[in-house]
Amino acid sequence: MWYRGGVGQWSWILHRVTGVGVLVFLCLHILDTFLIILGPEQYNHIIALYRVPLFRVMEVGLFASVLFHALNGVRIILIDFWVDLTRFQRRLFYAEVACFVVVMIPVAYLMLRPVFGW
Amino acid sequence: MLVDVRIKRFRPEQDAQPRWAAYRVEAEPTDRVLDALNTVKWRHDGSLAFRRSCAHGICGSDAMMINGRNRLACKVLIRDLRPPIVIEPMRGFPVAKDLIVDMDGFFAKYRSVKPYLITEEPAPQAERPQSPEQRERFEDTTKCILCGACTTSCPSFWANREYLGPAAIVQAHRFLFDSRDHGAAERLPVLNERSGVWRCRTIFNCTEACPRGINVTKAIGEVKKLLLRQSVK
Repeated sequence: MWYRGGVGQWSWILHRVTGVGVLVFLCLHILDTFLIILGPEQYNHIIALYRVPLFRVMEVGLFASVLFHALNGVRIILIDFWVDLTRFQRRLFYAEVACFVVVMIPVAYLMLRPVFGW
Repeated sequence: MLVDVRIKRFRPEQDAQPRWAAYRVEAEPTDRVLDALNTVKWRHDGSLAFRRSCAHGICGSDAMMINGRNRLACKVLIRDLRPPIVIEPMRGFPVAKDLIVDMDGFFAKYRSVKPYLITEEPAPQAERPQSPEQRERFEDTTKCILCGACTTSCPSFWANREYLGPAAIVQAHRFLFDSRDHGAAERLPVLNERSGVWRCRTIFNCTEACPRGINVTKAIGEVKKLLLRQSVK
């Protein structure tokens, strides 16, 4: 099902992928919190998994997903309520990407610093 | 010059699945894709089936997927495409033969939004006058030629064939925003259904596919806002 759509199509696909990603994390998070019924020691043991460097890198991915999903959602809301913005939809997407990068760089640095010892 | 053309072919009488066929045709850079298709049909393989009528971008018969995008074959020049030229039928409609798709469902949806003037006012002696501003309100959506390029570029339509699709909504818009028309009460319930405008995800493939340059996403957005205002009232 290949179609050479524009930025609108790709942002829509990313919106879906990040949305599902965040949902999967949420289910995982509900599950790990629920494991408190096994007792404090077991819970701590399981939660310690989040300290593994790989998990921290994945958390950066989680933050990126939430951030993209939120920014893209705002872009769609703006276009849906102020339909004249449809003329600038590509520029709005590029502005969204710029906001994403500006926020992601310091956040990724701060989140990964403890793991990589920066 | 010689141009490589790859066409997704399907002959229902002998093919279980569509198959790709390659042709090398003589064409000028300023020729249109339609000319290349005619060359294939007239000189290489007479069994190739595709629709065309006016061949000048007005009738909307020859919409197809060219190099991954929905275009009218009569409006795309060969020099503007990167070879090989890959031609497929529009996505989402049943394929009848080769590049010919079954558009019955498309026109059924078109008819469902009642794309004609609805008014209780008696017919006047001359015309029904309208100011330039009132006419301008729906100018963009009068340009639709019902080629189907927008509807078959829409991921929401691919996912759910019940969706009215951009073309039918554009036609509804053309009458909803016409000051002479009073048919909103008949059209809006159709547009407000689960298969109506709310399936639109503001993806813009329709706007980019429209060979007439209609801002389809804006028209759909205006219909959405109209429905919202009606329900808030």
